[in-house]
Amino acid sequence: MTHLALLAGPAPAAGAESFADHTRRLGARPWGNRGLIDTIERAGLVGRGGASFPVGVKWRSVAERRGGAVVIANGAEGEPLSRKDQTLMALRPHLVIDGAMLAAEAVGAKRILLYVGEAHGSAVMALSRALAQRPAAEAGRARVLPAPPSYVAGEETAAVNFVNSGVAAPTAIPPRPFEQGVDGHPTLVQNVESLAHAALIARRGDAWFRSLGVNGAAGTVLLTVSGAVARPGVVEVASGSTVDEVLALAGGVRGTARAVLLGGYFGGWITARQAGTMALDPKGLRAAGGSLGCGVVSVLDEAADPLDVSARIMQHLANESAAQCGPCFFGLRSLSAATTRLAGRQPDLGDLPKLHRWAAMVKGRGACRHPDGAVAFLQSALSVFEPEFAAAAGARGAMVP
Amino acid sequence: MWIDRTKCDAHRLCAELFPESIRLDDWGYPIIASGPIPASLLPHAQRAVDSCPVLALALRRVARRA
Ligand SMILES: Cc1cc2nc3c(=O)[nH]c(=O)nc-3n(C[C@H](O)[C@H](O)[C@H](O)COP(=O)(O)O)c2cc1C
Ligand code: SF4
Ligand code: SF4
Repeated sequence: MTHLALLAGPAPAAGAESFADHTRRLGARPWGNRGLIDTIERAGLVGRGGASFPVGVKWRSVAERRGGAVVIANGAEGEPLSRKDQTLMALRPHLVIDGAMLAAEAVGAKRILLYVGEAHGSAVMALSRALAQRPAAEAGRARVLPAPPSYVAGEETAAVNFVNSGVAAPTAIPPRPFEQGVDGHPTLVQNVESLAHAALIARRGDAWFRSLGVNGAAGTVLLTVSGAVARPGVVEVASGSTVDEVLALAGGVRGTARAVLLGGYFGGWITARQAGTMALDPKGLRAAGGSLGCGVVSVLDEAADPLDVSARIMQHLANESAAQCGPCFFGLRSLSAATTRLAGRQPDLGDLPKLHRWAAMVKGRGACRHPDGAVAFLQSALSVFEPEFAAAAGARGAMVP
Repeated sequence: MWIDRTKCDAHRLCAELFPESIRLDDWGYPIIASGPIPASLLPHAQRAVDSCPVLALALRRVARRA
């Protein structure tokens, strides 16, 4: 693990940093205000929960609304390949709480919910203990709310719905949470890593944050490296680092890499050759139409069957549909079934063209972006593993479009 | 035309009443043509909205282009 900014300080083995140590190391946090929103915009910080949306813009849109706002710190982390939010919350709970407090002050919120995946035991424990160490005035504003362990529970309207009604299923938009969220109040839903970065930017300024990046990127980024590497785990690297540099930090590739899954189940496959020199810059990748998603970097070994791995991910995503919207529920089920048949080399006639057609048909037709993420993943598999898919379809003489 | 996907139960009435802009996907759920609805078709659109048994559809005003 490298320790650049968020994870600087005591070694991971030391566990959660106490409030006393945190304050001694970093100094007291400033008060959050509109000036901080400007600073965060200048810093170029973008969200780390998946969509890479500019954090300052989001804070401003909540701050401009009337009526006491609410902040939800999103640590649901339902993505199976991601560990970075759990790790951050477990080791640096006070950075996350600082960020949530600063956000609340900047947007005019009185209530803070620390929404943490209930399966992430050490994160729930660290944040609960950390809150108890804070001054009463701060502790009174926030509480820890365990999130159900489903994939969609971390989607922002699902988080709001869970607070309001106890059901962690997405709701139709509009209204978006920043317009009408918890109890009808404007609500800022922000990933815990995004908030932790804000806590350091508030202390050290936007120029400091920008100076941490390389190759024109700003800040640092938490990544979860998994798959065929020697030392899987969470690393913090300078934004703009290349995939090769990150894999070297993880002890290098075991065997030969065929492809890299970037961004997790909602991300996409890229060939190992393309991935090598790719710069991991959340803002830059978004501008280029790609996405770093939630920072998952997973290496697929050449010995593994890419169709089988992709089919299992599609099954997971189909099972995790909240089953509210027909095109998502039935569409993902059909896509997953056809992918599974192809992976088993026993496709029905026309399965491959159907995958292409259904993917286009499902996109954009759910209340939330769950189906869009699943389709983006599948389309990347269809393109990167085209020869394998074609061969699997050819096993039955199916037509390839 | 706006649809609440969490409500729609594939009753398919809308596609029958407003075929100019609504077709069905392979699972019987409506695919709604994007963009504003021409004025001449508004009565059809309104009829589809009114007939949806689960009130999943709504018409939203869009800013008229200059
Ligand atoms: C199906 C689905 C699941 C999501 N799960 C999470 C999650 O576990 N944690 C998270 O921070 N964001 C998650 N998101 C993204 C949130 O909707 C939201 O964009 C994010 O929390 C905003 O914070 P950010 O701008 O700091 O990234 C998910 C989105 C979708 C569509
Ligand atoms: S799109 Fe899928 S996951 Fe999202 S609300 Fe609808 S059914 Fe649930
Ligand atoms: S009539 Fe309503 S429920 Fe039926 S398909 Fe159309 S929108 Fe869905």
